[in-house]
Amino acid sequence: MRPVRVALFTTCLADGVVPEVAKATVRLLRRLGVDVEVPPTQTCCGQLHINNGYAREALPLVRNHVEAFSGFDYVVSPSGSCTASVRHQHPEVSDDAGDEQLTWASRELASRTFELSEFLIDVLNIDDVGAYFPHRVTYHPTCHSLRLLRLGDRPLRLLRKVEAIELVALGDAESCCGFGGTFALKNGDVSSAMLADKTAAIRATGASICTAADSSCLLHIGGGLSHQGAPVTTVHLAQILASTRDADA
Amino acid sequence: MTYLGMPKAPRGVGQLRGDETFPAAAASALSNRQLRTNLAHATSTIRTKRLAAVAELDDWEQLRAAGAAIKDDVLAHLGDYLVQLERNVTARGGIVHWARDANEANEIVTSLVLAKGVDEVVKVKSMVTAEIGLNEALAAAGVTAHETDLAELIVQLGHDRPSHILVPAIHRNRAEIREIFLREMGDVDARLSDEPAALAEAARRHLRAIFLRAEVAISGANFAVAETGALAVVESEGNGRMCLTLPRTLITVMGIEKVVPTWRDLEVFLQLLPRSSTAERMNPYTSTWAGSVDGQEFHLVLLDNGRTATLADPKGRAALRCIRCSACLNVCPVYERTGGHAYGSVYPGPIGAVLSPQLTGTAANASLPFASTLCGACFDACPVAIDIPSMLVHLRARVVDEKRADHVLPNPEAVAMRAAAWSMGSSRRWRRVLRLLRVGRVLGRRSGRIRRLPPPLSAWTATRDAPRPPKQSFGDWWVRGGGRS
Repeated sequence: MRPVRVALFTTCLADGVVPEVAKATVRLLRRLGVDVEVPPTQTCCGQLHINNGYAREALPLVRNHVEAFSGFDYVVSPSGSCTASVRHQHPEVSDDAGDEQLTWASRELASRTFELSEFLIDVLNIDDVGAYFPHRVTYHPTCHSLRLLRLGDRPLRLLRKVEAIELVALGDAESCCGFGGTFALKNGDVSSAMLADKTAAIRATGASICTAADSSCLLHIGGGLSHQGAPVTTVHLAQILASTRDADA
Repeated sequence: MTYLGMPKAPRGVGQLRGDETFPAAAASALSNRQLRTNLAHATSTIRTKRLAAVAELDDWEQLRAAGAAIKDDVLAHLGDYLVQLERNVTARGGIVHWARDANEANEIVTSLVLAKGVDEVVKVKSMVTAEIGLNEALAAAGVTAHETDLAELIVQLGHDRPSHILVPAIHRNRAEIREIFLREMGDVDARLSDEPAALAEAARRHLRAIFLRAEVAISGANFAVAETGALAVVESEGNGRMCLTLPRTLITVMGIEKVVPTWRDLEVFLQLLPRSSTAERMNPYTSTWAGSVDGQEFHLVLLDNGRTATLADPKGRAALRCIRCSACLNVCPVYERTGGHAYGSVYPGPIGAVLSPQLTGTAANASLPFASTLCGACFDACPVAIDIPSMLVHLRARVVDEKRADHVLPNPEAVAMRAAAWSMGSSRRWRRVLRLLRVGRVLGRRSGRIRRLPPPLSAWTATRDAPRPPKQSFGDWWVRGGGRS
């Protein structure tokens, strides 16, 4: 029997800005016995372009993405938002462009693309990944993982099994942090007002770490906390799950 | 298919666009602390209540699907249902008028009112008459329109604009309302307190005299039933019922998308609407009528004002399902911070951000499709399942495409997007770009964080630090062994 092939969909953000998140995902998957591969031709899913009205420019990126991940049984990504783009936007952009073959191919790829916590819980059937993380942590459910992927409590189920972690509930957790891609620039004032409420809720928990399933939202929240000089940092879910007694991620 | 000489769908005119872009108008709203406190309190209260009211029904999702399906059927056969409605309203003694846009509708209503020889009318709160600016048109003709809904009255007396579809005075608190009443009503005891009951009583007394003398009433309609010609208005204060029954003449203005096929369809919407809007199980006052009764006159004005143009877009037309419940406003994190005025149009919040640009054409409301983080809370809350986030993205593409068509030279954003797409189009180019990014490491050497960036990125660093680029991208780490020793 052919071995199951699993690919990491790194995401452009983890690749270029927060490589530690992608590295942690690799370490975690390897620890769980998954020999993850990284298709070298992947770049970006094109969500930035699509959400800003440049679907035409995104089409070659969709095509590149579909080609980069052909031949894998599962594609795993440490991003709810990018997974949601692959699942919902790629087929639509392809369909709008009248490319039937790409529509079909992107739909097929979407069916084997999973966000990290989905892959762990739904595919590997694991909620205890054997992690150790002795910190006070609060979890922010990002909008796209919550409402586009319907992750539900999957990330929390994983976090609850982490040894020595102290999980504290976040107030008004399901409200948006105000990132929204270029929204943070185009509507900077509104975005900052939303961020101020989010960071206040995080600081009120007394947690030293805020975690989430999306690096983009965490960069926004973390950037705000750091700007305020708050004693709270942001750490991606993958980094917590990759941490063990021997190696802090 | 479009061919020569074919009439073009008219664009919406009236109170559908602001003087400023959304970000500019939002900035002034954000600086108003009182407004933000009032809004945060009001929206969070109604959010919690709505969730509880919706959770009571096991078949909420099926009701939503039914609501969406009925509206989609209406939109697919709109012409047929409207002709059927006209036939049945006429058969029951009503008179039907067709208005291409706001100006035509205002002319029709104004001439009907003037023909009655009156200089005042009473009004049931209605979005559509706000959309067409009817009060202003009547005032220009020397007719005073008295708003009779409590919140609408507060807005009118305060010489203010509504900021919410259902709760137009959501931006006002009790103390502000008391002040407005004392200043504007003229018939109020100076000892008036700011207790809600006392404020409501003052409004009742003020309005009662007006109800008793008014000869003409103007309303909108929540629903119109094609098979019977019946109209329906739902409200919470009883003022609507007073307007609909007391005066000799009733003029109802409704958007053409408000028609439903059968009486039975109301069963679905009369469950969806109150739970979504006021978090009530049942609406307090639901008035329905068909045609005119003896001695009374009934006019129905059917308004297009950009709706046919909206209907023409397969990806935008679902916005016409909207039943004006305002659940999307109450759950929207952007609306919660800015309030309704920032949207410029009488339709604020997420639904306004997709409806207004479609009614007017995107060029007239180009900043609205971007007034969202695409967080998706509106789609979840919508009782007729309008996928507002996807529609926003669709409209953003239209804004970009229109700019492309209008300009010979692309704007800086278009250049940046194209450059990004080009470099991400091949992994070889992408890897090179990531290596170039390392130049950014000259910044934030001491703290590991970048505190300040030039425009347009300064909008980011105003309240957030930016991360310092890493020494090595993940891709480069991977090809150099990927952590395997």
